[in-house]
Amino acid sequence: MRSLKATRPPQPKRDPAPSRWGYRYQRLMLTPGFRRMLRVGVPVLVIGGLIAGWGAREANRQMVADAYADMKSQIQQRDEFMVKVMAVDGADDTLAADIRTVLPIEFPLSSFDLDLEDMRQTVAALPAVADARLRVRPGGILQVNVTQRVPVAMFRAPTGLKLIDADGVLIQNIIARADRSDLPLITGDGAREALAEGLEIYRVAGPLAPRMRGVVRMGERRWDVILDSGQRVLLPNTDPVPAFERVVAMNQAQDLLERDVAVVDMRHPARPTIRLNEQAVTNLREINAASE
Amino acid sequence: MRDLYQSQRAMRNMRQAAMQRGVVAILDVGSSKIACLVLRFDGPEQFGDSDGVGSMAGQSSFRVIGAATTRSRGVRFGEVDAMAETERAIRTAVQAAQKMANVRVDHVIACLSGGRPRSYGLDGQVDVMGQTVSEGDIGRVLAECEVPDIGEGREVLHAQPINFALDHRSGLADPRGQIGSKLTTDMHLMTVEDSVIENLLYCIKRCDLELAGIASSAYAAGISSLVEDEQELGAACIDMGGGSTGISIFMRKHMIYSDCVRMGGDHVTSDISMGLQVAPAMAERIKTFYGGVLATGMDDREMIEVGADTGDWERDRRTVSRAELIGIMRPRVEEILEEVRVRLDAAGFEHLPSQQIVLTGGGSQIPGLDGLASKILGQQVRLGRPLRVQGLPQAATGSAFSAAVGLSLFAAHPQDEWWDFDIPAEKYPARSFKRAVRWFRENW
Repeated sequence: MRSLKATRPPQPKRDPAPSRWGYRYQRLMLTPGFRRMLRVGVPVLVIGGLIAGWGAREANRQMVADAYADMKSQIQQRDEFMVKVMAVDGADDTLAADIRTVLPIEFPLSSFDLDLEDMRQTVAALPAVADARLRVRPGGILQVNVTQRVPVAMFRAPTGLKLIDADGVLIQNIIARADRSDLPLITGDGAREALAEGLEIYRVAGPLAPRMRGVVRMGERRWDVILDSGQRVLLPNTDPVPAFERVVAMNQAQDLLERDVAVVDMRHPARPTIRLNEQAVTNLREINAASE
Repeated sequence: MRDLYQSQRAMRNMRQAAMQRGVVAILDVGSSKIACLVLRFDGPEQFGDSDGVGSMAGQSSFRVIGAATTRSRGVRFGEVDAMAETERAIRTAVQAAQKMANVRVDHVIACLSGGRPRSYGLDGQVDVMGQTVSEGDIGRVLAECEVPDIGEGREVLHAQPINFALDHRSGLADPRGQIGSKLTTDMHLMTVEDSVIENLLYCIKRCDLELAGIASSAYAAGISSLVEDEQELGAACIDMGGGSTGISIFMRKHMIYSDCVRMGGDHVTSDISMGLQVAPAMAERIKTFYGGVLATGMDDREMIEVGADTGDWERDRRTVSRAELIGIMRPRVEEILEEVRVRLDAAGFEHLPSQQIVLTGGGSQIPGLDGLASKILGQQVRLGRPLRVQGLPQAATGSAFSAAVGLSLFAAHPQDEWWDFDIPAEKYPARSFKRAVRWFRENW
């Protein structure tokens, strides 16, 4: 009798052993280097290849560059980064105007487009500026802080009158002496180098000061003091200030310069010499002759 | 012998390379199952060296990270019988173990139980060259051992120096640096049929693996299942496998004798299959579930269903009592144990100071085996399980895995073999140099 149970189809038992190639494949997949290559190398290659293929077209590259530039300008043109005005501190009106002239900026402008260092050098290159600091203040203000040079004397150059500061730097041209009559006048070759000495001569002038028209550097080694009415005081190479003090003292004691004297020569310290005017000499001779 | 020396050296170098790489596979090719363990070597032990002895007796330098077992196919008596089948079975085991370990293994250390192993005791004697014994002296004395005629088609599997004697002092483990004039050594040489090794080698090569070492499974089972004092005082390890039963005798921590009985659990299964007229797979199932060797009154009443799939109702509903099953199994087990007894007697086991016998291997799990074995082999019989090693899954801690575990211990701490010592340098270069000098003298 046949079994009443449903007969199972003769199913061949599956071989549990992996095939030779399956075995090799699994071993390959267990190799660390190969796995790393699959995990990192293949995605990198695929993505890199896609990007390279897409970027091979000029239009695509241009599109990326445009989009980048557009985004960059959008960020840079935001309100927070815009500079709207320039504020100049520490400069008088003329200098402020000069600064605005040398920094021709059309506001509003993005602060990314400002080259502060370059602008600082431009401002500092102005003769009247000792030092300059630039920064963009919150609120869109370009702050220019300037330390101005202080004029201490007026310098007469062959080209005209100029203001000069304590370091001997020429600050600005000036049209007439009368514009800054409070400042002493200094002139001559090498006067700028010996400026301190010239100013010292002015300082010791005392009662003679109103009469002084200026000091002249002679031959880049010594000073002449010019008084009004064309009188000259010739000072020595060394120690000109005590010599001038002596002149001042002599003037106070003997009214030396009230007389008809053309030149007071102090170049020899032991022997001050006076040159009289022609008229005075004639008069003196006449007086001498009359007294004899 | 030189070929063998070179090939074993090459294998040893490959083992070193595998250790350097950190991952090595253990392959136990048995007749009933093929086990593969993947070991990871982490270098020297990091912890527990404060008290001199590391944890697990210093065996924890490796860790099992993958283990797999598969039913063996194409292996009979521990020898490769059908090459392609065996190759597939090895591939299955290796692939599963690799998958578990998640690492690729390239080097494999294998063990085999068949090949009709034969043991030889060798001795050699030399005069020590200098004042003290040097490494070269040991190499020389090992090379001096007179090799017996091991027969055609056989190959040396193990050649371990087991004893050194210096002048009248014997039992030296390491004579290096000692003062003396006459160095004697005893060496244990174990040979197997070379065709068996070659077949196994070919199978492993077909799996894209490199053989980094080969050992006898009886030896490996002894390493893992004998405890240290048993190895020291003398004990025999009976590795009851599927197709063969390996015997290894240990003394002073060296294997001094090894043999093999070509009968095992498969024969018990085939007896059941024939006796009960059932399929081998069913017989195996009945053996593992209900098997035993000592019958009691209870066993007469315990009926076992012996199913079959013939369609004949009468035949498919047969039952046998467990006593009947025991009646089939017991004679075969007795036969195996008696054969083991014969081999042990031939080896002179009764002259050892301690006659501990340890039963291990899958066949040792038959209930009541220790009682039966003590009747045949002597009173000191115990059942052995392999040493516990780090990372070994619970499923692989049974006594069937003692050879695999022993092989991993062998991989971590190999015993000195003859080929580990440098061959004495004067052997042939000196002679050729002398010949050259003589030629010069005669011709000029």
